[in-house]
Order: sequence, then C-alpha cells, then structure tokens
Amino acid sequence: MWPQQFDYQRADSVESALAAIGDNGKFLAGGHSLLPAMKLRLSTPDQLVDISRIDALRGISSNGNLSIGGAATHAEIAASAAVGAACPALAQACGMVGDQAVRNFGTLGGNIAHADPASDPPTALVACGATIHIQGADGSRSVGAQDFFVDLFETDLQDGELITSISLPDCSDCQCAYVKLPHPASRYAIVGVAVCLKMNGGTCAQADVAVGGATVKAVKCAGAAAALVGSSLDDAALAAAAAALSDDIGDWLTGDVAYPEAYRSAMAGVFLKRAISAASS
Amino acid sequence: MSTRIFGSGIKRREDPRLITGEARYTDDIKLQGALHMAVVRSPYAHARIVSIDASAAADLPGVRAIFTGSDIGDLAGLPTAWLIPESDLKTPEHPALASDVVRYVGDGVAIVLADSRYQAQDAADAVLVDYEELPVVVDPHEAAQAGAPQLHADVEGNIAFRWAPFDKDASDAVFAAADVVVSERILQQRLLPTAMEPRAASAQYNAATGELTLWCTSQNPHIHRFIVSAVTGLPENKVRVIAPEVGGGFGSKIPCYPDEALVSWAAMKLGVPIRWAETRSENYLTTIHGRDHVQFVDMAASNDGKILGVRATVYAGMGAYLSTAAPGIPTILHGLLYVGPYTIDNVYCESIGVMTNATPTDAYRGAGRPEATFLLERMMDKVADALDMDPVALRRQNLIPPFADGYDVAAGLTYDSGDYEAAFDKALAMAGYDDFRAQQTQALQEGRYLGIGVTAYTEMCGLGPSQVAGAVGFQGGLWESATVRVTPTGKVQALIGASPHGQGSETTLAQIISSELGFPVDDIEVIHGDTTETPMGWGTYGSRTTPVTGAALAQASRKLKEKARVLAAHLMEANPDDIEYADGSFSVKGSPDQAQSIQDVALMAHLAWNMPEGMDPGFEESQFYDPPNFVYPFGTHIAIVEVDPVTGSIDLQRYIAVDDCGPQINPEIVAGQIHGGVVQGVAQALCEGVIYDDNGQLLTGTMLDYCMPKADMFPNFELGETVTPSPHHPVGVKGVGETGTIASTPTVYNAVLDALSPLGVAQIDMPLTAAKVWQAIQNANGGN
Repeated sequence: MWPQQFDYQRADSVESALAAIGDNGKFLAGGHSLLPAMKLRLSTPDQLVDISRIDALRGISSNGNLSIGGAATHAEIAASAAVGAACPALAQACGMVGDQAVRNFGTLGGNIAHADPASDPPTALVACGATIHIQGADGSRSVGAQDFFVDLFETDLQDGELITSISLPDCSDCQCAYVKLPHPASRYAIVGVAVCLKMNGGTCAQADVAVGGATVKAVKCAGAAAALVGSSLDDAALAAAAAALSDDIGDWLTGDVAYPEAYRSAMAGVFLKRAISAASS
Repeated sequence: MSTRIFGSGIKRREDPRLITGEARYTDDIKLQGALHMAVVRSPYAHARIVSIDASAAADLPGVRAIFTGSDIGDLAGLPTAWLIPESDLKTPEHPALASDVVRYVGDGVAIVLADSRYQAQDAADAVLVDYEELPVVVDPHEAAQAGAPQLHADVEGNIAFRWAPFDKDASDAVFAAADVVVSERILQQRLLPTAMEPRAASAQYNAATGELTLWCTSQNPHIHRFIVSAVTGLPENKVRVIAPEVGGGFGSKIPCYPDEALVSWAAMKLGVPIRWAETRSENYLTTIHGRDHVQFVDMAASNDGKILGVRATVYAGMGAYLSTAAPGIPTILHGLLYVGPYTIDNVYCESIGVMTNATPTDAYRGAGRPEATFLLERMMDKVADALDMDPVALRRQNLIPPFADGYDVAAGLTYDSGDYEAAFDKALAMAGYDDFRAQQTQALQEGRYLGIGVTAYTEMCGLGPSQVAGAVGFQGGLWESATVRVTPTGKVQALIGASPHGQGSETTLAQIISSELGFPVDDIEVIHGDTTETPMGWGTYGSRTTPVTGAALAQASRKLKEKARVLAAHLMEANPDDIEYADGSFSVKGSPDQAQSIQDVALMAHLAWNMPEGMDPGFEESQFYDPPNFVYPFGTHIAIVEVDPVTGSIDLQRYIAVDDCGPQINPEIVAGQIHGGVVQGVAQALCEGVIYDDNGQLLTGTMLDYCMPKADMFPNFELGETVTPSPHHPVGVKGVGETGTIASTPTVYNAVLDALSPLGVAQIDMPLTAAKVWQAIQNANGGN
C-alpha cells in the first residue's frame, strides 16, 4: 500500500483545475476509488488536482430539474430533501454506497467517472434519465447517462475533462426505487436494479429500468420496461418483464467464481420485482 | 479489596491504551537510522527462477542494498517444529528467499533495503525477475494423486506425512457390521486469519556486543528467539525478542516466517536497524492460512441410534512449505478429537499432509479441532436423517454421562471433567427447541424455510503436558513459568513467559493473583512479551494462557502467601499455625485487632530487619507449571436461521451458546471470547473462504472479495453457562479462547441444511453463499 511518488495541488476553480491537470494527472475529489488504486499501484498518476473544495462543483439545486454538483458527496445526496422528492432512487442508491465514512467523502462525480460496474448510483442515474455535464479545455458538453457509461470502468469522459454536474428530470410524479443484493464482502451490488414508473390510475404509463452489478456497466433495459407499460404491474406483467430483462442485460452480463452469471441474471429478475414493489409502496 | 475479584466482570485493563491509540505496536517503534525492507515476491504459484536483474532497481534513489536468495547462504532455512512421529514425515527445505524455484504466489525472491518505505517499494517493483512457469496444483486432494505437479524433489507425490495411529482392522470391522453407514465428502475451506494488525518485524544488531534485538508480531517470543537463534547462528542468549503490543493473531503469529529471519540477517549484515511491515495484501498472500481439508468421512450407527464408529481420510493442504507447527494441526489436534462428547467406541483417522502451490497453512483459531467437530456434528445430523430420528434425541442418547475426574475415550485421550447433558438441556431450554419445531412446520406451510442446528462439543485445550508434547513430536515443552514480584511498597509485577495479544489476560491473570494474595487488582501489572524481561514460556495459543500460566501464577502466589503467613506470625510473635488470612490481611486467631496486611509483610520482607530464622529476604516467587493433562471445555450451541429460497440468502435469527469453561474468572471476558469465536466460526459457515484460480492466483486477495464477518450479520447472542471445574487445575479453570470457533461452524451449517431439507438439498460446500444455496436449490428441484 505504498503509492508511487506524485504531486498534489488544490484547485480553487474549474478553470484552474483544467489548466493544472496535465497529461498524466488525475482529479481528486473524495479519493475513495482513486487512492486505493494508487496504493495498489494500479493507478500511477504523476499529479493529483484536488477539486473537492471548488464551490461551483458543490451543492444541490432544484428548480424544475434537479442539479447535483460533481463534487457533492453521497452523504449529501442521500440526505437531500430535494433529491428525495425528485428522485428517491438516486437518494437510495447514494445511501447504499460503502459506509457512512465513505459516503461522507466519496462524490457522485468521482463515482461515475470511476464507473465501477457494481457501484449503486450509476444504475439509478441511467434509469432516471440523468444527464452528465462535462467541462474540458475546449468547452463544455452534456451526455445522457445511458451513453456516458460505455463499458467496464470505461466512460465517455475524455482525458482532462471534468464532471461539473449531474442533472435529472423532475420525477416527482414518478414512482422510483433502487434495490440491490449486496456482495457480503464489499457490499457492492451483486445486482442492483432501479425502476422509474409513471402510473396512470392503475396502469403503468411509462417505465424505465436499469441494471448494474450483474453487468459490466449500468444498462438501460428497454425490453423489461416495454413489458411493464400498459400493464397493471400484475404478476404476469412482472414475469414478462423479468424474462425480458435477461435479454436486455444478456450482452453485458458478468460474473465471477463466487457469484456466476447465471445467478446474477436470475437475481436481476428477482430484484426487478422487488424494485417495482419498493417503488409502488 | 475482596477475594470476590475472582468471578467479577471488571473492565479489561488493556482497553484504555488500545481504544485511545496509545498502544505501541512493532511498526510504531522508530529506530534511528533504520532502513526499510520490501520483499520482491513471486507473481507465479510455481515457476523456475531463470534470472534476476536488480541493476536498475539498485540505481534508484535511497536504495542501499538488494539481496537475492543466492546472497543469503549463511541464513539457514526456516525449520518445522512439530515433527509428527510414525508418519514418514518429510520436511522440505524452506529458504527465507527462493533461489531456484518459487512455489506459491508471494514466495520471496529478493529483498530491497532503502531509506524509506516508498523507495523500497519502488525498487522492489523495479527488480526484474525472469520466470519459467511450472504446472500448478492448489487442491490438496488433487495434489496427492498420481501425475500431479510435484513441488519438492524430496517429498514424493507431494505427501509430506501420512498419520493414522489407529487400528484400521477394528474400524473396518465396526463399519462392516453396522446397521447404518453415512458418508460425506466435506470441504474445510481455506481461511485467512486476518488479525487486525498485519505482521511486522524490526531488528537491530550491535556488532560490538554481538546482540540482536528483534521486535516482531509474535504470540510466542521465546519460540521466536529459539528459531531466530537457530537460523542466524547467534547464541540464544545474544538474541532478544520483543513482542510489543500485538494486534491479534488467531494462530497466524505463532510461526516464524522468512521476513523475521530476513530483517535479522540484514541488520547483522548491514549494521543498521531494519524495519519491515506487511501490507494487508501481503498479509493475505504470505501470512499463514487456516483449515484447507478435503475429508472423506463415514459414520456408523445401529438402527436404534447408537453411534458405533467414525472414520475419515483427510487430505490436509500444507501449502508450499511446512510452516512451524503445521504438521500437528490436522493430526494430533484433529484426529484425536473424533469422539467429541459422545460414547463413540471406535475412531479412525488417516491424515495426509499434502504440499500444494498455495500459501502455507498452520494453526488458525481452533486449529484442527473445528475441522473435527464439524465432521462429527455434520455426520450426527446425517445419521439422524438416515434413521429418521430427531437429531437432538440422537445426540442425547449418545452423550457421555457426567464425570468429575477423568474419562478415557477411544481416541486415547483422558477427558478431565464433563457434564454434557446439563449444558445440552440448558441450551435446548433457552432455544425452546420443541416449540421451534412446531413453528418450523407452520412456517413451511407459509413457504418459509426455517432451520435449527444443535451442536454438542468438547475440545482439548490448555496445551498441554510436556511429556505428551514430546511423545507427539512437538519440538518444545508446553509448560509455562511465571514470577510474582512484589515491590517494597506493595505493588506487584507478574512476569509471564506467555504472550497475550488481545485476550484480556492482563486482566484475568491479575484477578487470579489478586484473589490468591489480596493485592488490589489495580496494583498488579502483568508483564509479557520480552525474552529478556520475562521468564521462559512457550507462548499464547491453544487456549492455554489462563489454564497454564494462570496455574503457574496461582501457585507462585500461594508460595508467597505461605511465606507471608510465616513472616506475619514472626512479626506478631505468634505461632504460624495460629495465623488466619482474609482479604489480604493476616491476623492472629482470637486477636483480630492485631493484623499485618500483605503490603506490611511485603515491606518487612524487603527490609529484612526482622526475619524468622532461615527465611530469605525479598518478596518474590517463581513457578514452573507443567499441566498434568489438557483441559476439556464443553457445551452446546444452537442456531436458528431462515433461508430465502428465491435468492439463497441466509438470515441468522438466533444464536444460543451454553459453554462450560469451569469457574469464570471474568465473565465479561469469557463472553467476549465466545462472541468473537462464534463470529469467526459462523463466518466460515456462511461467507469466508479463500478462492484460488487454477494458476494458483489468490482471487480473494482483498476484503472486497474475501468476506470478513460484519456486525449486521448477527443477532444478539444468547449466552448461558454451566460450571464444571477441571479436577487437575489449581483454580479449576479451562480454556475458552477457541470454543466459539469450534462449535459455531457446524451449528450454523446444520441449521441451514435443516432449513433446506424440504427442498431436497443435502449438501453444499462451505461457505454457504447465497449463490451456492440458490444453485443447490435449482439443482435439487430443477428450479421449481
């Protein structure tokens, strides 16, 4: 646990952070993914630019859409009344990251930039239609969460770019939830499922479903969603959605010796039902 | 101060320094001018070293020296210190650095000495080693088969020993004649001891005096002194081993490792102090692992439920080298325990020690006895199932009746005392066993799967008589010594050769002295962990410090008390026979106003102004204590679980533990030992387990993948006790450090299998992860 030598500087603005990052630098926010990787020498940046105290990256605002600073902590998001009202699935997911100490330091921007497939927030962001706002030396751009997560630990984020904020459409007329089966060792998701439903009377008018943990990235599941829309979320619809879900995630499915693909795939269907139940209650 | 200090749950005296961070561990000791050592470790499980190029590493900043295996010819290999007789034991060479072949991932090939730890690691990464990969075997049963990759030229077929000191013909006859025989292949998976403090070692050598001081994470500094003397060639009286605060061991800090030898050698070679501390990743790769048995077990019974015999063939994974005590674990500490608390008249164990391309194994909390208790209790449930009997009724029918002073069992041991049915009944009453069975039936009708596991156990600890140690090949004694030294002002220093490392022994041992001599417990310091300061001792393991060191301290205290009685009589001009003692005060029978406190007597003994004729001055006594027998704690543990058949997840709902360790010196510390032991044992059943891939790579190399138990996995434990004193111990106590680990694994395993029985699941390898439980359910009923 002895990292290679590196320089450290603290940035006081997004612009100064972007100017400082260099060719082999890394932005440091909470450090809860980066520092362990550095200690194991899996990551060997020559400098860290600390963005955790840049005011423009902090805070959560809500006027119609929800906007969360890239350096907002999981604990802040989990405790935020605005997030809880507009997108409870994200608040739930952020509240399941690590333990309290990790949530107090770890940031949403850092989390999604790292793109651990078993992390909780990406799944909620994909289901809830989040947009990732990115700034680089050449200006700013935005990308949907579904397109932001590309593959295992791989995102659309380019070298030298910084996640400034994450925005979510107001979902206060939806019913959404995130549930997971935690790995007993790490408490990362063996499978995590987020759903976002709009009900019209007893009928599901719109549905969004995403799965993580069981997959190499957070995956949006259109087939499962389609099976729910138009139904009353009855047992037959839930069974059809669970069956469709295994097709949705099939190309992205992953597993290991302890929790193989077959188990994770089966649990994705189980936890889809549990997510719908949680969202509906 | 009252003599009632014995039995009082006073707070642990160790805790203030531990919980405020003021304790000083090995790596807290700064040595002026020290170099830091990093070890270059093999990334392959089995490979020939073709070449090592350290030239680039040597040029890096701060690097002072780099040594490879070919440089350390004057450092002898690590010895194996438990040489099991009549087992055709082979002890392959274990060099501190491999120079020819590496045999597990983590095997050391070079050391770097640098000014800082960062520089040492940079240089270790820059040492270029060219390897030629060799075939790998990690499973002990596979490694023992013909055609398996061979680890050591002098260990034919990878079989390091084959131990079976039992009558095979008699066993075969019992099984041939039995009404019922049940069989199972049991996997005792590898476990990582995971002491909170990883290992560390620092050494300093004074060339002028020829003295070496080694600070290290040791459960037995006197054994470390013995081995370090042997490997370095320094006389034993020129080696001082200090175990400062040691943050847990669970057995993993018994062995002498290459790292301790290497810091000692490098300190002598370079003439400067050397420091080394492993990372957690290194800890998982190179500190010993526990268990690793593949067992083929049979149990024989009559149709009316009498257990007639148990037999097992055990393939015990030794890893790449034979660690210090490794051969004793799956043999003496395992096969002799097959009777358990039952009237089983015939046992047979063939234990085969097998070399594999994996981290060496050695003693891990319970050490051989959990592996025995598990197989016994698993087979009891299988017999009950085969006979369609209640597993509780089957156990009760076979329990050994109460005995107070000696009971010979078929495995050749003599149990000291036991009242198994009393503990059994108490635990069943606490659990409400009969009511539970009704609830279980009701729950099943609602589609809920509840299960109960009941384990009766006894185990052998308080290791042990030295004569037995010699007879079974242990290369040491198993006595302990202690000195009770009272200062002129009446304060006590108790010096012990054992080396506690988290057990709370500084508290319990002070309670023994206080209750014997009447000094307030706060006036007693227990000093341990330094071979120069303390008398000889064989260490803290095998639940032996309270039984053995405690006995030495009780007897030394009694010698002092007798001296005090005679001196008090002399000072009060009374006949010693007329002296009465109570609560630290000596008085003359019939004249209670005339009294001498123990502190008064201690002062007068030191002043020696007025001593009885023939009495030496001073107030200090030492005692060597060699126990006449082991001690045999026992009890009954019960677990109640619910299994979610949809996910395979297990909810441990209740855990009841009734343990009998004789009179409890400190009930809070006893409870703490049981809590910790139960957690470790349940973790083996439910979540802990080393996984290697086919190339011998450790897939569970961090806590992200290796599942340490967590508080939210457990209900509040429901503890009870019975009290059956050991007849041979001066204060009647038995060890309790390992009982929780020994009893809990089969208890929870059997509870889960009981819950799954309506689904047709009869066996799952531990750990019982949700995925394995789910898969077993799918396999049993096709997922319907």
